[in-house]
Amino acid sequence: MNGVVIATIITISSVGIIAAIILYWASQKFKVFEDPRIDEVEDALPSANCGGCGFPGCRPFAEACVKADDLEDLDCPVGGNETMMAVAKVLGKKVSEKAKMVAVMKCNGATQFRKKHTEYDGALNCTIQHNLYGGETACQYGCLGLGECVDACGFDAMYMDPETELPVIIEDMCTACGACVEACPKDIIELRPVGKKSKRIFVSCVSHEKAGPSKKACSVACIGCGLCFKECKYDAIKIENVLAYIDPIKCVLCRKCVVVCPTSAIWEVNFPARKVKPTIEEKTKLTEIKEIDLIKTAKVNSKKR
Amino acid sequence: MLKLIVSLSPHQLGKNSVEKLMYGVIIALIPILIASVWFYGWGAIVVSLTAVISAIVFEFLISKYILKIGNTIGDGSAALTGLLLAFNLPSNLPIWLIIIGVFVAIVIGKMSFGGLGNNPFNPALVGRVFLLISWPVQMTSWPIPSPASEKFLGYTDVVTGPTLLGQMSEAMRNGESMKVFSDRIPNYFEILTGSVGGSIGEIAGFALIAGFVYMLARKVITWHIPISILSTVFIFSRILWLVNPEKFIIPFFHLFSGGMLFSAIFMATDYVTSPMSKKGQIVFGVGIGILTIVIRIWGAFPEGVSFAILLMNATVPIINMYMKPKRFGETIKEK
Amino acid sequence: MLKTFAKGGIHPPENKFSADKKVERLPIPKKVSVPVSQHIGAPSKVIVKKGDIVKTGQLIAEQSGFVSANIHSPVSGKVFKIDLVTDTSGYRHQAIIINVEGDEWDEKIDRSEELKKDFDLTSEEIIKKIQEAGIVGLGGATFPSHIKLMPPKGMKSEVLIINGVECEPYLTSDHRLMLEKAEEMLVGIKILMKALNVKKAIIGIENNKEDAIEHINSFLKDYSGVEVVPLKVQYPQGGEKQLIKSVINREVPSGELPISVGAVVHNVGTAYAVYEAVQKNKPLFERVVTITGKSLKNPANYLVRFGTPISNLIDVAGGLPEDTGKIIGGGPMMGKALNTTEVPVAKGTSGILILPKEESKRREVKPCIRCAKCIEVCPMGLEPYLLMTLAEKAMHERSEKEDVMDCIECGSCSYTCPSDRPLLDYIRLGKIQVGAMRRAKSMK
Repeated sequence: MNGVVIATIITISSVGIIAAIILYWASQKFKVFEDPRIDEVEDALPSANCGGCGFPGCRPFAEACVKADDLEDLDCPVGGNETMMAVAKVLGKKVSEKAKMVAVMKCNGATQFRKKHTEYDGALNCTIQHNLYGGETACQYGCLGLGECVDACGFDAMYMDPETELPVIIEDMCTACGACVEACPKDIIELRPVGKKSKRIFVSCVSHEKAGPSKKACSVACIGCGLCFKECKYDAIKIENVLAYIDPIKCVLCRKCVVVCPTSAIWEVNFPARKVKPTIEEKTKLTEIKEIDLIKTAKVNSKKR
Repeated sequence: MLKLIVSLSPHQLGKNSVEKLMYGVIIALIPILIASVWFYGWGAIVVSLTAVISAIVFEFLISKYILKIGNTIGDGSAALTGLLLAFNLPSNLPIWLIIIGVFVAIVIGKMSFGGLGNNPFNPALVGRVFLLISWPVQMTSWPIPSPASEKFLGYTDVVTGPTLLGQMSEAMRNGESMKVFSDRIPNYFEILTGSVGGSIGEIAGFALIAGFVYMLARKVITWHIPISILSTVFIFSRILWLVNPEKFIIPFFHLFSGGMLFSAIFMATDYVTSPMSKKGQIVFGVGIGILTIVIRIWGAFPEGVSFAILLMNATVPIINMYMKPKRFGETIKEK
Repeated sequence: MLKTFAKGGIHPPENKFSADKKVERLPIPKKVSVPVSQHIGAPSKVIVKKGDIVKTGQLIAEQSGFVSANIHSPVSGKVFKIDLVTDTSGYRHQAIIINVEGDEWDEKIDRSEELKKDFDLTSEEIIKKIQEAGIVGLGGATFPSHIKLMPPKGMKSEVLIINGVECEPYLTSDHRLMLEKAEEMLVGIKILMKALNVKKAIIGIENNKEDAIEHINSFLKDYSGVEVVPLKVQYPQGGEKQLIKSVINREVPSGELPISVGAVVHNVGTAYAVYEAVQKNKPLFERVVTITGKSLKNPANYLVRFGTPISNLIDVAGGLPEDTGKIIGGGPMMGKALNTTEVPVAKGTSGILILPKEESKRREVKPCIRCAKCIEVCPMGLEPYLLMTLAEKAMHERSEKEDVMDCIECGSCSYTCPSDRPLLDYIRLGKIQVGAMRRAKSMK
């Protein structure tokens, strides 16, 4: 009996010792030197691994930060200035402040403004539909409404409005990582500076169609009439290819262009209500972000998959 | 106004459907059910019906109220799983045991992975093996078949006895010569026409082969898995027999005894848990064949085909990874 | 045993309703809109302007870039405007809209019906004539034909294969052409053989067109080197790579052109267009179009000028049936669903198919049961189920490794799937993703 116990103890401990030696040898042999600052930088990052910076995840970004001589080209859109400051502090480098951005949906073609002429019947994926044809409505530039951007969003900052069949961006949750911008095959979503007190004015249309067909396809389309261009005293509005674009840097938020737009294609967000409302009622209804019924939204989305 | 439908090609769809494939297998099982009712009497019907009904009920409850993916019993896969499980059970098994087996098969083996198409293991075999390990006595007291021409058996009035494989492993343990043993067993015509004990689906090799031919003709399955299993079993056991005919039994015994035919034709060919490419299916079949013989001869259980299939099920993802179909223009590319 | 390709393939119901309908001339509409991108490659450059008077057969848009083709006016009249028009791609693209006045043809065109067999031109002259006539592959791919006739350096064509398979269900335009213009087509084949400097041409025809096979065989003694091979009725027999495999038993390597195995494939319609261009100086401005469908009153074949809206075609065929669900440009397997009835007929329009509502809706998508039927039918030996998952999960690199770019988009996988999964939709998505990835890589 004793012999068995002793034999067992000897065997097991010798196995343990041999294993320990092998492990020690392996850890020495295959040791990879890693800059300890990479870990420190990584700790400072949000760890969302969203890829908004252009790197596959937070660690590769941290490696790039450590390697780079200059942090100017590197930016974590999710963490924003604070994070980049923290990273700069760890590395002893300098970083300039960048304007905070937010994703903006530039199509207002809700079902009541844009009539459907055909019925799409296939895989529920925007890119696939985009590759097939211009979309169910007569507007070939507008939102297809299948929610690829919502799927791409890693921060739950978007949901599909079942009524308008358009995606809605929840401003407070948007980190401007740019995943939705990349996902949208129609290039409808744009990253714009948040602006003073989150006030923004932008053209909510991407149609390059001429005025006639544009107006026919969608009642809230930008028809490139140029009224806003004439109205703007700050040279902030450009009209290119029958489409107005408001330069967010030059824009001083005077709101004059909003009033003159005949199709209400220009949106103002987070402004105090006007005394005389120039816009149609539905528009304000669409701009405000609704109390989200998360379960309902999830159901709608899951049904679509 | 006319609203045109727009979608990507193809605009024409074939007549295949999940239902058609599932009911195709169920139809192929009918001759076996008839044969087993002939030999086992009411028991075969009671066990099959209990299994099918409880499988449908479990599937309905889970798909509707827990997974919330809508009612999925219509596709016939639950009924098929129930029926396949029943065919792997002895005809005198108590009803409560059948229901537990079906519960394990449907709820744990299939629905817990997300329902049809997601389970890595054959659900009917999961249920069977669970029962076999948990209630070995009930699961291995096989009724002795008696043709209805002599006496139509009731559910409980069966006499139990060991199966051929049970007799073989008993004989092997006693060191009996296999040459002597093979003289004791019934001849192959008797084995094929069903006069051997076993679970419901193991009876009547002719009925099994009829089902196989039907499924091949309807293109429900291809020949690759069953034929590769059976030929591997034959070749492997023949090699063993050539090495030592005293110790190992003749190859035909392995082919026709126990659940070999039934499992090769119906259990291993389950779509979800078998490899995709033809090459992969043959590798899968060869693996099952070898494992079955190994378990039968050297393992603790007399019957190993269920274990062999489950083990090979686990290798399916890796088989799919490496056994690719031959691409068009591939050979020339590599030159 | 009839010849066929190595693996995969399906056999959808043929439904060739218009096979015995003679090709008729469709009346010229009042207004045509000729898209400037009727071919694969760069859109042609418009060389007329608003108000110009054009004659039938006059060049109105010229080739721009290497892969591109000339476009000629299909009618005579006045250019009304140059505007955007929805074409078969489902998007609004540039098109020349012409108001028709009479039908005055360009003087160079020989309008006589008689067969002109002899030609005395060098290979270069023939290719130049084909290029000028704006001929593209009329089977549906619309690849400019003259490029196919100029093999890249170091490669030599050995055999010309003429595609008379028409494996798409419903369509009959090539079938009718082979019956009615067999000799013209054979002269066209001789011209193509001369252009390619090959001694052998093989016409592959599916065995369900026995009359066409017999008809062509009866002329063959005058055309040495041309041979007809009946092929098994199996979809996609008419796929370029499948046809080469069936006819000369060579496999085109993955990612390469048929010329790498010494074969050049042209459609029968192209051969006929080549005849007209070389012997009659007639550029490509009309083609045979099948208008068909189960609920359509008169399925038929028409010779249609390009730019004619398909609504004209539908009207002469008995009007749009009430239960119309889908209008497809092309066949049911590879055709494109159109989103309006005003889409103009273009070079690639081999047929217009009208599907009733109950047949046009897709069935509910069920989970994959891994039955491997898609692998069984894939003529390219791919794994559609896997490619779909990879595309869904955006795993582009893996997709590329699994040869997603080899897919010929024949649709056999989606056709056969018992769970009605949109396999081809997602494989196309995978191809787009991989294409984008490759472009991004080459930019770096």
